[in-house]
Amino acid sequence: MGTVSLQKVNVIGLQKVDYKGNDSTLCAGCGHDSIASQIITAFYEMGIKPENVIKLSGIGCSSKSPAYFMNRAWGFNTLHGRMAAVATGALTANHHLIGIGVSGDGDTGSIGLGNFKHMVRRNVRMVYIIENNGVYGLTKGQFSATADVGQELKHAGRNELPPIDLCMEAITAECGFVARSFAGDPKQVVTLIKAALSHRGTAVIDIISPCVTFNNHDDSTKSYVWGKTNDDRINDFTYVPHQEEITVDYEEGEVKEVTLHDGSHILLKKVDSKHDPTDRAAAIKLLEEAREKQLFITGLLYVDNRRPNLAETLRLNGTPLVHVPAERLRPSRESLEKILNSMK
Amino acid sequence: MIASVQPSQQAGLHEETLASRSPVVNDFSIMVATKNGSGSQTANTTLLRALFKMGIPVSGKNLFPSNIQGMPTWYTIRANKNGFVARRPHAEIVVTLNPATALEDYQSVQSGGFFMYADDIKLPLSRSDISHYPIPVKKLATENEKEPKLRTYVANMVYVGALAQLLGIDLADIESALLFHFKGKRKPVESNMKVVRLAHEWAAENLIKTDPFRVERMNATEGLIMIDGNTAGALGAIYGGVTFAAWYPITPATGLADALNHFLPQLRTDPQTGAPTYAVVQAEDELAALGMVVGAGWVGARAMTSTSGPGISLMTEFTGLAYFAEVPAVIWDVQRVGPSTGMPTRVSQGDVLKVYFLGHGDTKHPCYIPGNVKECFEFGWRAFDLAERLQTPVFVLSDLDLGMNQWMSEPFDYPDQPMDRGKVLSAEDLKRLGGFARYRDVDGDGIGYRTLPGTDHPLAAYFARGTGHNERAQLSERPEDWENNMVRLARKFETARRLMPKPIAEYVEGAEVGIISYGSADPAVQEARAMLAEAGLKTSYLRLRALPLEQTTTEFIAAHRRCYVVELNSDAQMLQLLRLHAPEYATRLHAANHSDGLPLTAEWISTAVQAGEGSANRA
Repeated sequence: MGTVSLQKVNVIGLQKVDYKGNDSTLCAGCGHDSIASQIITAFYEMGIKPENVIKLSGIGCSSKSPAYFMNRAWGFNTLHGRMAAVATGALTANHHLIGIGVSGDGDTGSIGLGNFKHMVRRNVRMVYIIENNGVYGLTKGQFSATADVGQELKHAGRNELPPIDLCMEAITAECGFVARSFAGDPKQVVTLIKAALSHRGTAVIDIISPCVTFNNHDDSTKSYVWGKTNDDRINDFTYVPHQEEITVDYEEGEVKEVTLHDGSHILLKKVDSKHDPTDRAAAIKLLEEAREKQLFITGLLYVDNRRPNLAETLRLNGTPLVHVPAERLRPSRESLEKILNSMK
Repeated sequence: MIASVQPSQQAGLHEETLASRSPVVNDFSIMVATKNGSGSQTANTTLLRALFKMGIPVSGKNLFPSNIQGMPTWYTIRANKNGFVARRPHAEIVVTLNPATALEDYQSVQSGGFFMYADDIKLPLSRSDISHYPIPVKKLATENEKEPKLRTYVANMVYVGALAQLLGIDLADIESALLFHFKGKRKPVESNMKVVRLAHEWAAENLIKTDPFRVERMNATEGLIMIDGNTAGALGAIYGGVTFAAWYPITPATGLADALNHFLPQLRTDPQTGAPTYAVVQAEDELAALGMVVGAGWVGARAMTSTSGPGISLMTEFTGLAYFAEVPAVIWDVQRVGPSTGMPTRVSQGDVLKVYFLGHGDTKHPCYIPGNVKECFEFGWRAFDLAERLQTPVFVLSDLDLGMNQWMSEPFDYPDQPMDRGKVLSAEDLKRLGGFARYRDVDGDGIGYRTLPGTDHPLAAYFARGTGHNERAQLSERPEDWENNMVRLARKFETARRLMPKPIAEYVEGAEVGIISYGSADPAVQEARAMLAEAGLKTSYLRLRALPLEQTTTEFIAAHRRCYVVELNSDAQMLQLLRLHAPEYATRLHAANHSDGLPLTAEWISTAVQAGEGSANRA
């Protein structure tokens, strides 16, 4: 008699354990670990083969995360602030790979801001997660560029400078998928990651991820308490993968449907939504209002899949460059002779 | 004497003396002084290629400012029947269209030479040891071209026509050089030829030739090509199968990326699908350029970037990462004069030490050092094989002179080896092996096996990182893991030493003196050796072609009483590496380094060696 496995598997027959990473070495309760679990859930539920995934990061606490999910995917812990550039090269050389990057607010908002914006501008197809806690953890508690003005920290003192809003930076760089979320809201995080994986280009998710060691006191806008108390969802939505039929039963006019690049859908419940994420000007206005009123808004801020991604711009529509066989990479002897003859 | 006077009035007694000299055939230098952005480049390269087409060995060097328009610029052409094409300290033939430099240009004319100048330049002409040829540039240009904007451009063709007449350059060769320049387009060739002919006729009617210089057709350039090193390097990369290039504009390396963009579409578009088999990305800075290359190399692309000194600085951190995570990358450094912004349009070999040790902590890198355009091509394709074989960044140290100037060369040899993609495990390999350890030295050459993302096997993946790691690519700060890794990397570097191209050593019977040099200094060294031999000093010659240094070099030093290290930098950088490489012979090695922004001359080298020998003999 054969045995029947009772283990749950996804559409490609893998168990959730196949998406696991190493044990985390971050502080107990760190928001980053919660996000790593949601990355595992999203990739597992989407049925993405880990061997087709590259997971990249820069340097910092957040950038350790790729070691904590999907051991069967290729990881690259790159340089501080430079993951965007490495991802650009990797995903151009092999545009069939699925890219996920995990960065932090120091990594993306300070040292890597230029490279980040240029990657977004090029629209490299990848999910770019910022684990945003407003503070440098590994170097023991300095303010980052996303820290609130006027905030006080034990070692760093008072922050006198305005924060950089990375969602705003992404939108002004023509990003076609911009969301903000909260590590304490796993359901929203996982839904956003799934939708982001279906996006055509760079999908930026800025996730407030409390640093339990350096920046988790109740009045910090990057703390669990603040997040839980002030999380103001701008929209409520459901993600429907492209293989599945839309079965959610809504009255006509109640739902706005957004089709993503791979045929998946986002269904926005209009009655709960204060924002139309297909309206870029509205997204900018919303972020501006949130800044003025210090509101912690989460949800899908902006989505637009019209802009081609970098591989499409470079017309890399066929075989990935790394799979082009050697004989097609070296032009003929005759072609060289022709060029040399023209230089005589 | 004022320049606006008629030539007939100038032809005094001394000019008759000048005119009675016996002819000097196919042996002279021309220097043309113009303003940057005035279109003189077309005129200069036309002269250069016309001489080349007449079969005369020739070289052209553009000595230009960091400027788009208006600042002084000079172009030098050397024609030499014996094949010596290094820069000369002074030109016999000086042409100036630029009033701002006219006096300086005038004073620089080699005694016995001639000075050709736009006749509206007011200048006291005091020299009786040279010939003077005022040319009505403005008049001839205006007569021919009504469009004021184009007038400046065609003005340059006036000196081409006048020089052709004075030197005896065949107008048919001028025309075919123009056809080359305008890629076969008749219209611009015609309008330029019109001015050339007009000036030619004017010179024939109005100038009395009192100089001895002229050209005669010969066949020394038969079968040769003329090309710049940046284009040669780009072609090498293309025939080496480059799939990904990222770059950021910087003089003097931009031409390499330009050539990639020029040739890739025609050579590397898939005939079946019409899709490119390459990607070129202009990055936002050099950090990103190398970052992209590292990402592409990590997933299995043949990836490269090209830059110069300041860009190299920005690439430092990524070079360290690629060295330690062991990612193949090819990096061209087309060197210019530093420190800092320095002289961005002038040549130097000043990045040798910096590049060799680029990074932080214990890093060192294989470097190719092409000495001519043919090697730019060859090392261009070989660099990918080596980078993938060694899984490490590989540098190519070119320079502005080699990269941006036109050089004669034998046609390039088509790659004689299939591509070496290095140690890459497939899914089948992994099935057979049951897994792998990314950084384990299985073969004893210091090189581990790698897998490429996307390889369909549950044990295929590994984690690349710049942090300390063990053989299985796991994060580790254990002292023994760290040391094991560094010892293996040192072993890998010994493998690199074996794989790099050997120096070219030319031993001369009875020579006690050796010259060690590299890169674009080669033509000047060759000529200097001939000059030294004439003066009774035999020299052997070792031309380095790569770092790290190896045994051939040690043997060469050991075989000579004194070795002069000729290089184009202020700190004698290669000399320092040679002394580290062969400390037992450190006292035999002598500096012959020089850096003033200009290519080395044979005269300077010969003087430096003779001075060294003089003091050695006195000691």
